[in-house]
Amino acid sequence: MKPGFRNRVKRLKVTLWTLIVPPGVWAVHFLFSYIWAAVSCAKLGEWSLFPTAFTIGTVVALGIILVSGWIAFVQSRAPGDPPPHEQGTDIDRLRFLATATLLLAALSFVGVIFTALPVILLNDCR
Amino acid sequence: MSLHAQDDPDLRRAQEERLRAVWKPPEGLFLRWTDTNNNRVGVWYTLTAFGFMLFAGVLALIMRTQLAVPDNDLVSANTFNQLFTLHGSMMMFLFAVPMFEAVSIILLPQLLAARDLPFPRLSAFGYWSFLIGGVFVSGSIFFNAAPDGGWFMYPPLTTRTDLSGLGADIWMLGLSFIEVSSVAAAVELIVGVLKCRPPGMRLNLMPLYAWYILVVAVMILFAFPPLIAGDVLFEMERLLGWPFFDAARGGDPLLWQHLFWIFGHPEVYIVFLPSIALFAMLIPTFAQRHLLGYPWIVLAAVGTAFLSFGLWVHHMFATGLPKISLAFFSAASEAVAIPTGIQIFAFIATLWAGKVKWSTPLLYASGSLAIFVVGGLTGVMVAVAPFDWQAHDTYFVVAHLHYVLIGGTLLPLFGGLYYYWPLITGKKLSDRMGRIAFWIMFVGANLAFFPMHLSGLEGMPRRVFTYPAELGIGGLNLASTIGAYLFAAGVAIVCLDLALSPTRPKGKRNPWNAGTLEWLALPDDEDWGIRSVPLIESRYPIWDQKDFVKKVDEGRFFLPDAEEGRRETIITTVLDARPIAVIRLGTPSWKPMLTAIVLGAVFILTTYHLYMAALFAAFATLAMVLWWLWTGTAEIPEKPCKPIGHGLEVPLYLSGPSSSGWWAMFITMMADATAFSGLVFGYYFFWTIHAEFPPPAFPGPGMVWPMVALALTLVGWAGTIATREVHARGKVTLARTLLVASLLATFASLFAGLAGPWQYAMNPEAHVYPAIVWTLAIWTAVHAGIGAIMQGYALARSLAGRMTPTYDADIRNITVYQHFLALTALVAYATIGLFPAVA
Repeated sequence: MKPGFRNRVKRLKVTLWTLIVPPGVWAVHFLFSYIWAAVSCAKLGEWSLFPTAFTIGTVVALGIILVSGWIAFVQSRAPGDPPPHEQGTDIDRLRFLATATLLLAALSFVGVIFTALPVILLNDCR
Repeated sequence: MSLHAQDDPDLRRAQEERLRAVWKPPEGLFLRWTDTNNNRVGVWYTLTAFGFMLFAGVLALIMRTQLAVPDNDLVSANTFNQLFTLHGSMMMFLFAVPMFEAVSIILLPQLLAARDLPFPRLSAFGYWSFLIGGVFVSGSIFFNAAPDGGWFMYPPLTTRTDLSGLGADIWMLGLSFIEVSSVAAAVELIVGVLKCRPPGMRLNLMPLYAWYILVVAVMILFAFPPLIAGDVLFEMERLLGWPFFDAARGGDPLLWQHLFWIFGHPEVYIVFLPSIALFAMLIPTFAQRHLLGYPWIVLAAVGTAFLSFGLWVHHMFATGLPKISLAFFSAASEAVAIPTGIQIFAFIATLWAGKVKWSTPLLYASGSLAIFVVGGLTGVMVAVAPFDWQAHDTYFVVAHLHYVLIGGTLLPLFGGLYYYWPLITGKKLSDRMGRIAFWIMFVGANLAFFPMHLSGLEGMPRRVFTYPAELGIGGLNLASTIGAYLFAAGVAIVCLDLALSPTRPKGKRNPWNAGTLEWLALPDDEDWGIRSVPLIESRYPIWDQKDFVKKVDEGRFFLPDAEEGRRETIITTVLDARPIAVIRLGTPSWKPMLTAIVLGAVFILTTYHLYMAALFAAFATLAMVLWWLWTGTAEIPEKPCKPIGHGLEVPLYLSGPSSSGWWAMFITMMADATAFSGLVFGYYFFWTIHAEFPPPAFPGPGMVWPMVALALTLVGWAGTIATREVHARGKVTLARTLLVASLLATFASLFAGLAGPWQYAMNPEAHVYPAIVWTLAIWTAVHAGIGAIMQGYALARSLAGRMTPTYDADIRNITVYQHFLALTALVAYATIGLFPAVA
């Protein structure tokens, strides 16, 4: 990766809103999976849309989570203050939010895969 | 004021006297109840919730006595139904959630070194609402009128007035009222955590309790409104005969189950996380070290909050939904074990790494974790749909949920009680009695609830008032009953310990040698909250910052005085807690209590079908709210800025996104929009269950009127935004003219919105389609009406000189409302007006 790009990533603003991007993606993916299954089972009696739309949606969701996790990973290693990174400084606040986002990205990644598993293992509306 | 000035003891004494005078509580037999200080309101709140817990516990003992032996006839089946319904409803709505709010109202300002929460009167309003609603609901059992449909009140049994009496209305309306107070508390706590932290307390230095409070309050905001939406539909069916849950007229009882459990499952985490938050405070104290894995705990709290909204259908595994849907919820249910496990491991690791002082609160913490883990493991079992089909509605589920709630909510709260009692009263509770009580409760809980797993697997259904001897579960039930009485004996010892407390001498300050801010409180507590608002540089400032306590006490930090004789606290920025303003706080007043009384009257009178009186009470509520706002909010200060020490001077007035009022409006409207989406969900839910929806036999509202209403709403919205902008540029007359025009447009949209269903003579009693269309139209119209009142209010404020281009919080706050109104109108009118054309 080019150093300039990495530096730009490091300067991206992190807030409470960016913290909830990964679990938010999980929530949207989950909601759409549920609505899609409920509507196609109720209205069509089968899921004719499977697997293309669902696969694309899942890959997009995982992609967004990976990107936000990667940004968080880069930011969580921002050099500056000494460990254990518990001070009230700009760098430590950045590292904290970034670490929490990274961890949430990991959890959300697992969550999205969990949601996708039923579609692979079950394939009808009974 | 410089550092140096605080060296003068006379100055310090004068400051203390001024602070004491400003924060002096109202006295007198009646006036004392007008208090709004968080210390007092929080204590009333806690005691009331504790009282409801004891009451609901007695109901459980009566049930267990009835079930002690087979074929018992201590109580009738009908009474038994009321007992279990009220036990569950009270423990959830009148104990677990309010207790979290109550404890937070006491602790949060202390933890954040704030003088009080940003809206003290709102806390008082929440408390009075809770008290009135709680007494109304729980008192019903003395009149044999308690709800009897189980705590989740499934229709059609509960919506058919020939099958269920007044109890269902008491449940719906009484608890709706309490839900209002929960949302009020959530607004208060979110704004408190985000805006009232001390300077320097950045997000990464926030006490973990505050993180949990933030997360839980946000969860309340999204979890309670779907239930409120469900309550609206439920009462429309019971009182007006609109058939939302009546399959014969196109409705579906499953809609209630969806709306209830979208609330009901997050609710479990809403009552669990605050108790875990208590652990996050007391474990570092007794390990005498920083908590390990701070970001991991934040991950656990935020992750649990999100996942908990994807679990609701696991309560509906036996309803015949497609298995693929069940599997999604099963997957999310298993995923939630990950963050839950992480936080428990973080606590264990902290104890492992620290020098543990084995104390009574820690005993409760570790013991309750053991019980909770058992409940968690059976939770993993029932989250698997095939196992759940076997265990559904048996005592296995009763065992599971009691293990979770006793281990995850009740025992941690007792631990918190032993930990924080010295903070509230200045006195420690008896370690000896606490330990005895703990072991009796621990044995009692296991003896009561472990056999229920077995009786459930043997086939004992939940909610039966008796069982035949041939089933062979008499011994297991007797054991459960003995366990329940043992548990109650433990609770009685705790109560005795509390009752003895007034006879004991005051202890020393910070008796556990804790490191967090709340322990700055003195044994003889002052009402001002904190002597001076400190600059925070660590997560455990009492341990880490040099001469910290002394500096706070000597007023060497910020805001050590109350020169103008006003109650004040500092407002800071969300991320980095930079001080940006000092706000004046509400003082003791009758208004919160009176508002709660008239609002309570609306709900209670509706229960008894006294509609005209209820309408009158509704207008009284509106008048009270306007009076309260007019006299108590967005006050123009006597000077623009004031110094808060250390050469810092901050404004006394804020408007827009940096102010607490703007956030309160935004957060309230998030809750409102969530309730609305519950109703919209209803519309599309009916679309999925009908082959043709809208049904051809029933006319729709047409396309014209909904579009006219939408256009008018958008004109009102755009006009309000224009007003805000023009006003800020100093063109007051033009702004007022624009505001009048917007008001007219918004008000007209009310009638246009109702005109569609009215013109086509849609009969809401005939079928669910007209009923849901009317509901969406009425909801939007009512919101337009409130929007118009707000526009009129801002106009009046401007004319009265209480809103100027510099001090313009009112217009900025009502613009937030208008954004949400425009969104509501867009969704509602597009749904009822355009969707029939594409469906």
